[in-house]
Amino acid sequence: MTLLTMKNITKEFFRVPVLHGVDLEIDRGEIVALLGENGAGKSTLMKIIAGVHEPTSGSIYLDGEEVTIDSPSDSQHKGISIIHQEFNLLPDISIMENIFLGRLPRKWGSFVRWNEMKEKTKALLERVGIGYLAPETSIRQCSIAEQQLIEIAKALSFDAELLIMDEPTATLNNEETERLLQLMEELKNKGMGVIFITHRLNEVMHAADRAVILRDGEFIGVKHVEETTQDELVAMMVGRELTDMFPEKKNHAGEEVLRVEHLHVKHQLEDIHFSVAGGEILGIAGLMGCGKSELSRALFGLYKLESGKVQVNGSTIQTPKDAIDAGLALVTDDRKSEGLVLDLSVAENILLPNYRLLSKRGVLPKKQLNEVVNVWFGNLAIKASSPQVEVNQLSGGNQQKVVLGKWLQTNPKVLILNEPTRGIDIGAKAEIYKRIERLAEEGMAIVLISSEMPEVLGLADRILVMSDGRISGELDRQEATQEKIFEYAIGGGSNG
Amino acid sequence: MDKTQSNSWVNVLLIVDKFRVFIIFLLLLVIASFISDAFFTVTNLFNVMRQVSIVGIIAVGMTLVILTAGIDLSVGSVMALTGAVVAGVMTAGMPIPIAILVCLIAGLIIGAFNGVVISKGNVPPFIATLAVMVIARGFTLVLTGGSPTIINDASYRVIGSGTLLGVPVPVVIMGVIFLIMYWVLKNTTFGRSIYAVGGNEEAARLAGINVDRVKIFVYSLTGMFAAVSAMIYTSRLMSAQPNAGTMLELDAIAAVIIGGTRLTGGKGGVIGTLIGALIMGVLDNILNLANVSPFYQEIAKGAVILAAVLLDSKLAKLNR
Repeated sequence: MTLLTMKNITKEFFRVPVLHGVDLEIDRGEIVALLGENGAGKSTLMKIIAGVHEPTSGSIYLDGEEVTIDSPSDSQHKGISIIHQEFNLLPDISIMENIFLGRLPRKWGSFVRWNEMKEKTKALLERVGIGYLAPETSIRQCSIAEQQLIEIAKALSFDAELLIMDEPTATLNNEETERLLQLMEELKNKGMGVIFITHRLNEVMHAADRAVILRDGEFIGVKHVEETTQDELVAMMVGRELTDMFPEKKNHAGEEVLRVEHLHVKHQLEDIHFSVAGGEILGIAGLMGCGKSELSRALFGLYKLESGKVQVNGSTIQTPKDAIDAGLALVTDDRKSEGLVLDLSVAENILLPNYRLLSKRGVLPKKQLNEVVNVWFGNLAIKASSPQVEVNQLSGGNQQKVVLGKWLQTNPKVLILNEPTRGIDIGAKAEIYKRIERLAEEGMAIVLISSEMPEVLGLADRILVMSDGRISGELDRQEATQEKIFEYAIGGGSNG
Repeated sequence: MDKTQSNSWVNVLLIVDKFRVFIIFLLLLVIASFISDAFFTVTNLFNVMRQVSIVGIIAVGMTLVILTAGIDLSVGSVMALTGAVVAGVMTAGMPIPIAILVCLIAGLIIGAFNGVVISKGNVPPFIATLAVMVIARGFTLVLTGGSPTIINDASYRVIGSGTLLGVPVPVVIMGVIFLIMYWVLKNTTFGRSIYAVGGNEEAARLAGINVDRVKIFVYSLTGMFAAVSAMIYTSRLMSAQPNAGTMLELDAIAAVIIGGTRLTGGKGGVIGTLIGALIMGVLDNILNLANVSPFYQEIAKGAVILAAVLLDSKLAKLNR
């Protein structure tokens, strides 16, 4: 008996099909990867399993028996646990209360058994490899990776048989990812079924037994991992062969545009000193917490500098307004909470930093604005029915295009990209890489901050490696390798 | 065939969603016309609008504040205080234009104070404006000595009771303010910034918007609109009342919410608020025309607010 079988699942919203005849099967002791570009229907499929949506047609079987899953709690009762991309943890209460939320162990019906809860939590945390955290710790004090593991611990506390994870590794660094994949392996060996959505194919090849591929809501196929290659999976996902992810590299550095002098930010950055020329792509690499995100914020005038200065073409930057006026643009790593106003339309989001630049004494020229929006909407090939659609309706890749569009319209001289392809599918990634390269060719200076080493190695002319808030090494394109970057990133390196 | 059908279904829902406040309002008007023949007369309709004007004008400011994900509880007290100011200045023998100017500036300053405390002082709007509400009421009592200040200059009566081309002056003032703010919200950098700040403050800041300044502006305008209402109020009564505008902030918030502006900011607008205020005004009017006791009127009003908001959330869900 297979653990979960989904047959011929179809889902329509307002009679618009988003899933069409999808099959999915998973057994105990198996890891299945769910692959597909953004908008392929992966999340909808997950939500059907989670009981958030009901399928329009098709059948679901658990242990061979046909079932309907009519609510999230129903799905939980049936032994299914889902970990969404955005965690469902309450930041200000303890780990143990989060794990037992809504079902705290009690005596006499109303008094909490704190000790019992603490011990159970301890055991659960032990199982997922974060036994060093005290059960009383509040979620806010835990790292993203730890929060992820706490979510898994919570799933285990439900005695879940099927664990579903939506892009669990999107925000983890290499080390943390490794640990998570290992944990998945352990859960599998204990007889659980694990489904995970990911964009990173090496993880699929490494951890999954089978991969199910969706495209535009259609079921494309299922592959045993040992019988396939990354290239074949990519071809199935995008429906065409992707010959080369990274565009060809030309050297075209011009004059210095961005200059950072001995930057200090309390507890965050120490003596950061570098410059970038027009047409140059400067990569910044480093492990999570090394200060590379903080650096991007400091460049944009979001931190109070203890000393040092940031200059674009000679003008000093102290506030985001200065930054924009001087020609600096920042694409942050968190597009949902920093990059976009989700309830506003695509058009409004593109215009957001540009209202001030395009307006005449505060009044907006409607016609001109519409033209601007239409240019970017077409130029970036944003997939939405119109620019008036709210951004929250778009897939991650298209949201990222909106963020890119709004900054490109400001006509920046320096573009800072912080994790520009996080949570984005391969097709959209290649598109964004090409655009970055083209922008550099046109003379823009680009600062590319990324945890994905192939990305930095593939695009950057020069790489700065950060560790512990300072620059621990500099490599040019010829000498840079994954190993050398890693060595600097962990604080070692040849000169210190 | 199938596709166009589904699209038109979606469109109908979207239209219902967009105009749900209007639909509720129209329903109410139909009911009103059944209850009393006196309802659809020019005199009565102007009467309703004149009564709505005081809350309506304040509700415009409240809409802006709520769009930035804030709240302003001080508007009722600010109206009382600026009313006392305008009466006080006139009693001191100053001409009307000076009194009006002082009154508007007073409202603006109190509002700006709210905005500065909230943005620069990082105090939650609820708390900051609650404190100012109490303080402003205190100042009102100090200024008036706890009893009404009578206004003697008869020409001041025009503001509240006069007409312009047959339309009551307060209605004209309200109309102009709504039109201006509708245009500002739609067509200016400031207007669009308000939505951005309420929708995602951090994204707005990163887009180079001076978030603090937007907030200070919004609260200042709200204070000034409270002063405008104060003039209409004092002109109608030809006196400043120390207890004027008690609970007015709640009526204004109700108008905004019935009008479909989201309490958590970023979504909504003044047209909805105008309809929201009119819904409450029409309701009062119908109940009066139907000779319902004032005690029951309160109950009915509360029930309608609840019903409107419930219907709203039902429709919103249907639309998803």
